[in-house]
Amino acid sequence: MSKAILTGTHVMMGNHAMVEGAIAAGCRFFAGYPITPQNEVPERMSERMPEAGGTFIQMEDEIGSIAACIGASLVGVKAMTSSSGPGICLKQECISWAASVEIPLVIANVQRTGPGSGIVSLPHHGDMMQARFGGNGDYQVITIVPASSQELFDMMIDAFNYAEIWRVPVIVMSDAFLGHILEKVVIPSADEINKRVVQRRKPTIEPAKYVPFTYEDKGQLVIPPPPVMGSPYFPAWMPSVTHNERGIPILDERGSYKMVQKLCDKIVKNEDKIVKTESYYLDDADIVVVAYGLPFRTSLRAVREARKKGIKAGLLRLVTVWPFPNKAVSAAVEGKKAVVVPEINFGQMFIEIERAAAKKCVPAHLVPQISKLHEPKEILSKIEEVAK
Amino acid sequence: MIPRVAEKPEHPLGKYVYTGWLLGEPRHIFCPGCGYGTIAQALTRVFIDEKLDGKKYPFVIGIGCYSALPAVLPGYSVMVLHGRVPAVATGMKLANPELKPIGISGDGDLLAIGTSHFLHACRRNVDMLLILLHNNVYGMTGGQVAPTTPTTFRATTAPYGYAETPFDACELAIVGGATYVARWSSIQVQPLVTSIKKALKRKGLSFIEIVSPCPTYFGRKNKMAEPIDVFRWIKDKSVKIEKAKGMSKEELAGKYLIGEFVERERPELSEMYRKLITAAQEGK
Repeated sequence: MSKAILTGTHVMMGNHAMVEGAIAAGCRFFAGYPITPQNEVPERMSERMPEAGGTFIQMEDEIGSIAACIGASLVGVKAMTSSSGPGICLKQECISWAASVEIPLVIANVQRTGPGSGIVSLPHHGDMMQARFGGNGDYQVITIVPASSQELFDMMIDAFNYAEIWRVPVIVMSDAFLGHILEKVVIPSADEINKRVVQRRKPTIEPAKYVPFTYEDKGQLVIPPPPVMGSPYFPAWMPSVTHNERGIPILDERGSYKMVQKLCDKIVKNEDKIVKTESYYLDDADIVVVAYGLPFRTSLRAVREARKKGIKAGLLRLVTVWPFPNKAVSAAVEGKKAVVVPEINFGQMFIEIERAAAKKCVPAHLVPQISKLHEPKEILSKIEEVAK
Repeated sequence: MIPRVAEKPEHPLGKYVYTGWLLGEPRHIFCPGCGYGTIAQALTRVFIDEKLDGKKYPFVIGIGCYSALPAVLPGYSVMVLHGRVPAVATGMKLANPELKPIGISGDGDLLAIGTSHFLHACRRNVDMLLILLHNNVYGMTGGQVAPTTPTTFRATTAPYGYAETPFDACELAIVGGATYVARWSSIQVQPLVTSIKKALKRKGLSFIEIVSPCPTYFGRKNKMAEPIDVFRWIKDKSVKIEKAKGMSKEELAGKYLIGEFVERERPELSEMYRKLITAAQEGK
């Protein structure tokens, strides 16, 4: 039996489930740096990576660790790094670079309370906007928010698949509680997992015809397989400056317009293929709760209790938060009485959700919380309040 | 006055470099008197003489004037972010041990923003060649002081003269644990070519510092208006290691020691890591 996939039923900490998910997805390079509350990720990686035949390295700093991951991804190996708030700040320059040269990469953010050094062991979904707007320049990333150990395992596979298909940095948002919850994790057989995993695509055309970056063909964006350093499928000069689809630096306004438009369009225009949401009791609901991550689980209980009290409440769960599920949110809130948004912050995704709701003339209400999970009654009382 | 040549003769190395095969003639954008063209030619000569496969020796290039070097380099280059050359090359080497990255970094890149990556790459002894281009200033941003600017010399951010003491990059590399350390200048091309060839055949982190003239910013700000003045200044400051042994500390103050400092053997990281993987897979 392969040591890479631990088929069976386990009780696993979220951070450990994340590691198993990554290795099952074919990640064979991890570079990290210690920062609480994500320390269990590099710790388990250092043990499991060599068993799976991959490389683990603890770098000298956060920037070095993501830079090493980009180096590994450039030679054709699936790579990931993990960190928490202050460390993710440092990684931003490389996230922006990876987006500009379309290098597949997965970054896990086990969020902790901020700002500053904050509180190391308590959750705070304070990096939701940073995930999308953290780096310099204009680009798009895909961000997903799991809500249990099992999902951390499953969604790491999705994260690597997104990175390979769309050639973008994918950010997985966990938090201090989710990372440390001990829950049941069922790992399927290697065959079943391999059916789900998207392998690194290899160019098959002759090297002279290979185009290393996303290009437009008959009005459609074509995302070619990523270049591999050490093979003929690599641009002779891969610049970190603005470039065209062949990797030739184009340092003028037309060149940059074309490149930035391409980086944004390949994600935004494919919203339907990327976005994942879940709906609960939405069909006949008057009040819609929109939540992601752990508050989704609290909200589900609040919605069920509201139903018991005769209030028609429903729940829309955002699995991918970036690109923002505009269509799903608009459809869910249309014709409803009010939207309730519980977040472990003072309103970050609320900005986007409120904007989408305002287009349908539905008022949105935030239920903020910091460093702790909501109690179901907090969300319930807001639902009751807006239902009146 | 030098008479203009009506027809430009074909460059003998043109067909080996990027702009050569792209545009039909090799072209770089460096200032007159800059040493980077010479360094690119030295690297190209190494690739031709040793018949190196460009795919196996990727160039990892930092941010500075030399970011434009790929135009006149053979093989494949990736331009990374400011200071991250050793970190990216470490990731490449560990993920594919068959490659031998050649990192090219400047004095601002490697000695200021990327110092920690540089020292840790030396400590880990990752198999790569790290080339430091030392021109005493931040050229691309307009001539600000670098960690290599000599004390009292002027720059655009040191209008009254630089008050700080510069780094000795070779000493840093030795302390860090690099297994081959040498310093040359772009004026001494032959020993430089020999040294690069030697470094590429070795296992472990080889560090080569190349002192290179920047007449546009360093020269102009320091009363060396002509490129030849900066060349002379570098030549006067250069002392061969063998010759320096007989000189006093006072005589050596502010001089560049030229030659090979260190050549030693230490376990290399990617090899060590392959052994570790084998042990882990066998359950030891």
